[in-house]
Amino acid sequence: MRILPVPAQPDQGTPPTVNPQSTPPVPPPSLPVRKVLTMKKPFRAGEYAIEKFIQSVAIISLVLIGLIFVFVFREAYPLFTGKVLAAAPQAQVEEAETYGVDPGAPDIVEAPELEQNQENFKPSSLVGPSWQPVSLDPKFGLWSLLAGSLKVTLIALLIAGPVGIFAALYTSNFAPKWAREGMKPAIEILAGFPSVVVGFFALVIMASLLQNIFGFQYRLNAFVGGVAMALAVVPIVYTVSEDALNAVPKVMMEASLALGATRWETALFVILPSATPGIFAAMILGFGRAFGETMIVLMATGNAALLTASLTDPVRTLSATIGAEMAEVVFGDTHYRVLFFVGALLFMISFSLNAVAEFFVRNRLMKKFKGA
Amino acid sequence: MTRTKSIIGKAVVSFTGLCAFSAVAAVVWIMGTIVWGGHSHLTWAFLTQAPAAGMTEGGILPAIVGTFMLVVIMSLVGVPVGTITAIYLSEYTSRGSKLANFIRFAVNTLAGIPAIVFGLFGLGFFVQFTGGTLDRLFSPEGKLVWAQPNILWASLTMALLTLPVVIVSVEEAIKTVPRELREASLALGVTKWQTIWRVVLPNSVGGILTGAILAVSRGAGEVAPILFTGAAYFLPNLPHGFTDQFMELGYHLYIMTTQSTDVEKTLPIQYATTLVLLLLTFALNFGAIFMRYRLRSRRVAA
Repeated sequence: MRILPVPAQPDQGTPPTVNPQSTPPVPPPSLPVRKVLTMKKPFRAGEYAIEKFIQSVAIISLVLIGLIFVFVFREAYPLFTGKVLAAAPQAQVEEAETYGVDPGAPDIVEAPELEQNQENFKPSSLVGPSWQPVSLDPKFGLWSLLAGSLKVTLIALLIAGPVGIFAALYTSNFAPKWAREGMKPAIEILAGFPSVVVGFFALVIMASLLQNIFGFQYRLNAFVGGVAMALAVVPIVYTVSEDALNAVPKVMMEASLALGATRWETALFVILPSATPGIFAAMILGFGRAFGETMIVLMATGNAALLTASLTDPVRTLSATIGAEMAEVVFGDTHYRVLFFVGALLFMISFSLNAVAEFFVRNRLMKKFKGA
Repeated sequence: MTRTKSIIGKAVVSFTGLCAFSAVAAVVWIMGTIVWGGHSHLTWAFLTQAPAAGMTEGGILPAIVGTFMLVVIMSLVGVPVGTITAIYLSEYTSRGSKLANFIRFAVNTLAGIPAIVFGLFGLGFFVQFTGGTLDRLFSPEGKLVWAQPNILWASLTMALLTLPVVIVSVEEAIKTVPRELREASLALGVTKWQTIWRVVLPNSVGGILTGAILAVSRGAGEVAPILFTGAAYFLPNLPHGFTDQFMELGYHLYIMTTQSTDVEKTLPIQYATTLVLLLLTFALNFGAIFMRYRLRSRRVAA
């Protein structure tokens, strides 16, 4: 604590560290001290209120995560208590004809002889191969949808991963200045393409082109969806990888060059390995994006819930199922709740992927370079 | 030895260059195709007329207006909330603050949640819960007013989706305000909030604008969150209030390509709609990228 004499006019022009209101400790007897300067922040009600207001607005993002989980899961919850039809009468009231007309993709309905009572929905019936929500004997097996999502995601990552990572390596290490300045905004533009535009492009142009090249039996299939999805995933993989590559300390590159390694050897064997955690994070985030993306798969994959091993069959993904079917369900019935359950599943997957990318990978990357 | 090395080196550089180039080529290819296919149908009449003849003719005016209203309401909610959050994160918290780290984690997580899940949340929270509660309280004899998909719920859902975009770009902008400016202000006896309001924010206007533009661009392009929170297939009238549904460009395009009665016949309309959507987002993104580069160069200069 510093104690200083202050001139008679208080307040105006005094630094914020001054506290005119605070009770002065016993001043040294010899000096006529009127005010005491402390390093303690003065209390101001207005400032306090503003800070609390700003803080509470900032907490919205935090609360939102919880709310999203609660409200998506809330609609799916009755599936697990078996009270699915209890909500149905109310559903008729809420079923306003306002959800657009959506015939959806035709489901392959075989109506096998299997008894299932809608009133006692068993959560275990979610584990099954066939997804036939609108038939006399509805089935809500999620395997085919999950397989569809995984197929499209896998294809997208197999294409977008290498392209994004190598493109990042190129612009961060090899590219001449003009190429770098041109490519970065171009890839940002690619990131800015609405997914519905990419979906349209895949549906109208790419599907026919790929069918002509590879001779697919079905024009729209998992492969077309995956390639289109790669267009949406490349910018993410590129951006995060590039950040990781640029975060590698310059001294490492210089040391490598000083030892006589060439530029490309340095890039491939020094910089790329050092950035591995960041690149891993890039792939995880790309996976999350591809797994949850809706419009591209809705438009380009054919939307048939088939459980096959082929990558060139039509598929229906988890996200596309919600997008296509939510418009036609009756509020509160089993189908409606299962779709919300699928949404909760997507939420949990993206949440955990992000947590992994965040805590595990980025922290490790940071520690590694701080240690270096 | 050195010869082989230099050949491998050239191969590595060319291959990575090819990867980078292919990403750029994809951009050019998509844009070229859509401009080529859509430019002839993109007329003034197309932009200023409503769809006609069962959506096989006419223009896209209601979709343009709907998109505009959506992004305006969205920005009015999302930009202030995002800006305040960014202010909190960069001005009111120290580096090791637990709460700030949680909020940052939440923002990153929000950015990664699939758009369709936001749509479900909008349906579950805004339409069913909030709307249902409002109707129970204010709507006579169980008439549905708020508990239906409408433009307000769709905009709010979109605001939540675009929140991380705003937060990240405003925070980046606030960081470019030199520390000395804040210190000078504080040294003059100005309070913290006054410093933020009079010094930090005026110097971050560019970043806030960039965030808003990016959010609008994202919001104008996303379709999944509004599929069941307010977008309509076809409406004869423009929305007049918060409780009306609306048409939207992206949703219109989705409907036209997948559920049109005559896909071949409406192909020019689809192309032109895509072109409008693409031009809109392209212009917005280009503006944002331009502003961001200006900001970055300022930071380098500072």
